[in-house]
Amino acid sequence: MLKKIVEHSQIKSPWLVHYDCGSCNGCDIETLACLTPLYDVERFGVLNIGNPKHADVLIVTGTVNKRNKKVLKQIYDQMPSPKIVIAIGACGLSGGIFREAYNVVGGVDKVIPVDVYVPGCPAKPEAIIDGVVEGLAKLSEIQKAGKPKKEAIAS
Amino acid sequence: MSKTIVPFGPQHPVLPEPIHLSLTVEDEVVKEAVPAFGYVHRGLEKLAEKRDFHQMIQVVERVCGICSMIHAMCYCQGLEHLMKVEVPRRGQFLRVIWSELHRIHSHLLWLGLYADAFGFESVFMQFWKIRERIMDINEATAGNRVIVSVNQVGGVRRDLSPSKCDWILDELNHVEKEVKALESTMSNNYTVKKRTVGKGILTREMAYELGAAGPTLRASGIAQDMRQLQYEAFDELDFEPVVETDGDAFARGLVRFKETIQSIDLVRQAIARLPQGDTFVKVKGKPEGEVVQRVEQPRGECLYYIKANGTKFLDRLRIRTPTFANIPPLAAMLPGMELADVPVLILSIDPCISCTER
Repeated sequence: MLKKIVEHSQIKSPWLVHYDCGSCNGCDIETLACLTPLYDVERFGVLNIGNPKHADVLIVTGTVNKRNKKVLKQIYDQMPSPKIVIAIGACGLSGGIFREAYNVVGGVDKVIPVDVYVPGCPAKPEAIIDGVVEGLAKLSEIQKAGKPKKEAIAS
Repeated sequence: MSKTIVPFGPQHPVLPEPIHLSLTVEDEVVKEAVPAFGYVHRGLEKLAEKRDFHQMIQVVERVCGICSMIHAMCYCQGLEHLMKVEVPRRGQFLRVIWSELHRIHSHLLWLGLYADAFGFESVFMQFWKIRERIMDINEATAGNRVIVSVNQVGGVRRDLSPSKCDWILDELNHVEKEVKALESTMSNNYTVKKRTVGKGILTREMAYELGAAGPTLRASGIAQDMRQLQYEAFDELDFEPVVETDGDAFARGLVRFKETIQSIDLVRQAIARLPQGDTFVKVKGKPEGEVVQRVEQPRGECLYYIKANGTKFLDRLRIRTPTFANIPPLAAMLPGMELADVPVLILSIDPCISCTER
């Protein structure tokens, strides 16, 4: 019974944590713009919180670099299962325009498993909301399968 | 009371960007703040060896998404100086229009985040609601909301039709009305004053000695604005730097609030005086020599050093951004403050970490 309530609320009111992982701020301000009156995702129960231990969805913007690799992995490990990761923007997908820079590792999926990729430079708020909706469909699949999510790939 | 070291960041609820501070705390009072960097460092300047000088425009735009247009403008100004190209007058005015639109959206964004830092969430929502009008203007005139990418060496790539200009003026009237409706909240509200008045005081002498830039400097009473250099079309436009004398977080908020109104006025002036003609000139050849170029960003003075050697790749590109200049004043204003005021004070310098670390 309790499990059902938890699973239902995870889908109906997902809590997000946002981490800027070396982005140019373009995608960050678009992610924040989703919360504001024009797009207002809070009316769907989506809540942006700062604490990874309370979060179901991790939103990552920007490329991974050699220093924040560890931070990103720590945030991912602190989140309770089941959890999904959404990579936002061209940089989060592959490194984008910074791909060849010396301090850039590459896309977010080099460090943690990514469920949804949202392209764009920067991704528009509509695209980000669409990505979150798609991510929730995946979350519900994971709940049905009942399998724990695999842990981070990089050391 | 013994000392405790509190780590602040890199992932923190009020910070949109990762910065780490080691705060040495006695009771609730901060004694020392040591910043640590590198979480957003990508190594953009080195990319100048792999991308040619035209392609680098797209790269410097992504130094910082919030003031992307002004970064690209500064870079193009430097190259135009090296290649001895004169931008047509209409191109210069269009650059002013887009750069001031960026300033408005950056300041509105900051005013919202600042209010959010002391828990005034409804003001955050109000400012970001107004900001969407500016984003609509960007999208309608340049095709993208945040990174407008209008600059090229020799001018701007897009033009404004008279009907678009009228529509922009109409939207700006709405923006001005809505921003002015929030004026009493930012300047007279009990909550705002309680959290910001007298917090993080930076005296005129300290601001000068520590090399503060932009609104942080002007809030301490020094009237320095790089737009006084009259680059682009600023020689024809009337404006005075906005100055406050208190030097606290409240004054920094007021400076940015007044600059928003001022920028709306500058866009109006630029549209009213927009001359006819081409928006760009074709450039030939390769840049050679070195140049230092300065412009005023929403956060302060931005400096570009470009060294070119006559090939299509630049020898060296050095970017010195305003937040980099504002970090020493931040470290100086934190000691003596309570731990709860730290997020407000960090935001009061308008930190742009992706600018600082590039």
